[in-house]
Amino acid sequence: MADRFPSPFEMPTPPGAEGWQDLYAYSTVFSEDRREYEESMFWFMDGVHTPEVIPPWDATILEYAIIALSQYNTRHYVIPPALGVDIRFLNGYMYLSPVGVADPEEIGARVPEFAERAGYYFQNWDRLYAAWMPKVRALIDELEAIGFSPLPHREDMAVITEGRGTGSALDLLSTYHKLVDLTLKLWHYHFEFLNLGYAAYLDFFGFCKQAFPSIPDQAIAKMVAGIQVDLFQPDEEIKKLATLAVELGLADRFLASDSVAILAELSGDPQGDKWLAAWEEAKQPWFNFSAGSGFYHSDKVWLENLDIPLGFLRAYIAKVQRGETLERPMEAVIAERDRIVAEYLDLIDSAEDRAAFEAKLGLARTVFPYVENHNFYVEHWAHSIVWRKMRDLGRVLVAAEFFTEPDDIFLLSRHEVPEVLFDLYHGWAVGAPSRGPRYWPREMARRNAIMDALRKWSPPPALGVPPEVITEPFTIMLWGITSDSIAQWLGGATADGSLSGFAASPGVAEGPARVILSADGIGELREGEILVAPLTAPSWAPVFGKIAATVTDVGGIMSHAAIVCREYGLPAVTGTAFGTKTIKTGQRLRVDGSAGTVTVID
Amino acid sequence: MRDKNVGPAGARVVRSGEIRYRGRGDRRVAHILWFEDYQPADAAVLGGKNASLGTLVGAGLPVPPGFAVSADAYRKALADGGLAGRLDSLVASVDPRDPGSVAAAGRQARSLVASVDLPAGLTGPIRDSYARLCGRCDDAAVPVAVRSSATCEDQPEASFAGEHDTYLWIRGGDAVVEHVRRCWASLFTDRGIAYRIERGFGRANPAMSVGVQQMVAPRAAGVAFTLNPLDGDRSQIAIDASWGFGEAVVGGAVTPDNYLVDKVMFTITRRTISAKATEYRLSESGTVEAFDVPAERRDAPCLTDEEVLAVAAVARRAEKHYGFPQDVEWALDDRGVWLLQSRPETVWSRRAKAPRWAAGSDPIASIVATLMNPISGKPERHG
Repeated sequence: MADRFPSPFEMPTPPGAEGWQDLYAYSTVFSEDRREYEESMFWFMDGVHTPEVIPPWDATILEYAIIALSQYNTRHYVIPPALGVDIRFLNGYMYLSPVGVADPEEIGARVPEFAERAGYYFQNWDRLYAAWMPKVRALIDELEAIGFSPLPHREDMAVITEGRGTGSALDLLSTYHKLVDLTLKLWHYHFEFLNLGYAAYLDFFGFCKQAFPSIPDQAIAKMVAGIQVDLFQPDEEIKKLATLAVELGLADRFLASDSVAILAELSGDPQGDKWLAAWEEAKQPWFNFSAGSGFYHSDKVWLENLDIPLGFLRAYIAKVQRGETLERPMEAVIAERDRIVAEYLDLIDSAEDRAAFEAKLGLARTVFPYVENHNFYVEHWAHSIVWRKMRDLGRVLVAAEFFTEPDDIFLLSRHEVPEVLFDLYHGWAVGAPSRGPRYWPREMARRNAIMDALRKWSPPPALGVPPEVITEPFTIMLWGITSDSIAQWLGGATADGSLSGFAASPGVAEGPARVILSADGIGELREGEILVAPLTAPSWAPVFGKIAATVTDVGGIMSHAAIVCREYGLPAVTGTAFGTKTIKTGQRLRVDGSAGTVTVID
Repeated sequence: MRDKNVGPAGARVVRSGEIRYRGRGDRRVAHILWFEDYQPADAAVLGGKNASLGTLVGAGLPVPPGFAVSADAYRKALADGGLAGRLDSLVASVDPRDPGSVAAAGRQARSLVASVDLPAGLTGPIRDSYARLCGRCDDAAVPVAVRSSATCEDQPEASFAGEHDTYLWIRGGDAVVEHVRRCWASLFTDRGIAYRIERGFGRANPAMSVGVQQMVAPRAAGVAFTLNPLDGDRSQIAIDASWGFGEAVVGGAVTPDNYLVDKVMFTITRRTISAKATEYRLSESGTVEAFDVPAERRDAPCLTDEEVLAVAAVARRAEKHYGFPQDVEWALDDRGVWLLQSRPETVWSRRAKAPRWAAGSDPIASIVATLMNPISGKPERHG
């Protein structure tokens, strides 16, 4: 077994991808300038959020996410043992390196500051979190209000009569800057609570593991998990719509595969209109829901791909027709959670320990709604709008004949966009040709070829020399990476071909594997198959109605796949690292979600 | 894999109690008590094991049917034969550090007890009760286990695990009577004598009750602790299981399959399947003997996951009934899981109940500690 991963400086550029570095910010690629530092660090690929090549503009959101995370650790809350997380792009994939505080004295000196700052948030959590929701909703409204339109042939007469003194191209440039700044602000809000929330959760987690060394991870998660979670609401809405469709006698109307035709034909008859009204009401906000992690512009959002929610709807209608109940038995779920807590509590012998257990559970439950819910508002809802608005801007550039496709804009880095807009502005203002229409079609062809070449590359899970023991808290908390996972990456899958990962959702299931590499493929899943994917997004929830179990490459016990599988009572093993690489579609698997093992049985 | 590592314990005076004979009219027989008629007041004359079986039957747990011969029967036999004083002085003369002295006293004591006459009026009732058990089990010569249940056994402070004898697959009334007498004699096994003295039970000899219980011919059997004996984790049930009769596990003849089951979630949290070379099963002559396990079963799990959980469920019910951790013996046959014995877990249960994990009252300090050492709280990777 190797004791280190390749150095980032040993990684060759994939053939045909030469020049990829120029598509990313100069500060985010490995370079001779910082080689000594960069080679001294351990970098892991963030397969949780970004398992695929990251288009240049999409890197914006990742940089913003990581910088916001970092600044809260370093400058706001003064996390004693941790600074921020450094970020690099290598061959189009994102690698991260958490920066710890090495000097024990310095760590000690940071403790009182952390206690004061984080302590304030913990003590005032409910009030501060109550303020969070209006803040993020206002930000979403601002994003939604953004509009991009082609530059006018003439400025409107009102610009003259009102003496406005500025022109449309300035607005276009300002609006783009506003969009990126709102996106950065969004990520500030995201990390205002997240790391503190995880820390409090992990504190309870650690206590449980001390008191009950063999307690299953999902038992702890179940004690803390909320009963009604916004992240599951889109799925709940589809269930309600399915029930309504059956009640209104409309079930057969959804059998066609053309979503546009289905919806058009419902319109006009009284029952159909009733259902359509409910459908329209559910759309906002719940269809601002990504079928992926939300970090890629190509992730399909329900609102713009109605065939996705309609497909799930059809599956639910079939269940209702078979007499199955779709509503979760809330009282039973609550009673089960109470039973689990009461039984573990009863197994703790001393009153002091019981009091500590209850206090930590109480704080974990206080912070957990944020941990569970923020994802819908940030990664799903707000990101959906950001991608949509960027596409609108892309349309402006298509109209100006810079691009052939609106999505071409995502092949620009965020720093290039103002330059391109300025080129457009220049041509518009001067009344002479912009360079763009001659330059970008050729350049886009080159960039698309680079992206294709990068997609063929297989990124190593990590780079550089791993620390002997992973102690950096956020590596473990946010990415689920431990000394064990690193050993596994270095050693590869076990000799007998079995895989291990997190025991994320209990139970044992056997069935044929279906390897799905992206959200586009989820339609291939058949009843009783075992889903094997790099990761799953909660928006895949309705496919969980027909699969037997889930295996993912990345993610821990709080990953989307884990949460949804527990919800659906399906076995899940997450963070196997090699699932999609070693398992082939059609192989029979045995997935033990209680032990965290996946075995190929034929 | 029985735990004999118990700490020092104060002597406990065991008084003989007057047995109140209840039960249906035809069972109102001196010195015989059916397990289902057991009441807590009977405990003193039934010994730990039989009292426990009676308690478990009363709690509705799946215990094979049977009856107990009370310790008073033993006392009466000794009194009638004039043996009590002689046995006391034999044991009083033992030097526990001298194995030769223990062995000599034991040999003499056993021989005295083995030749004692059963009290008038006891052999008949034992035979009759056995016959009734045969009727209940729909088997003219139902195989039974004849089990020792000394009045000093199975206290929280001392398990007396394996100190006295149990006889398996006994059939026929006369054989049952004979093995009752052998159980009495096993009160004076060398190891039993030495154990009582070492554990501070003094030189006063306890008395012996005997259980007669329908025998289960198990496909697999073993023991279960309602905590993890390795770390005291009370959320777990540890199960050792092997093929055939549980004697292979109890006596340490095999490395059993080992499971941990979370008793709240009822999920298997760890499984270790071992090579199980030996199993105890019935020979053609009707005795329980050790056999080599055929190669195809040796490395195979002896329980399905469902059976593991069924064993855990029975152990958990026993624990809930008693309210503290239990150490149970179980067996599995075609009818399901049987509980053969349940006694208090004696190692972790004796530990002080001081706070172990409450790191002060300051939640921030605890969160700082968690951030400094997230490994202790890291999500665990299994397998």
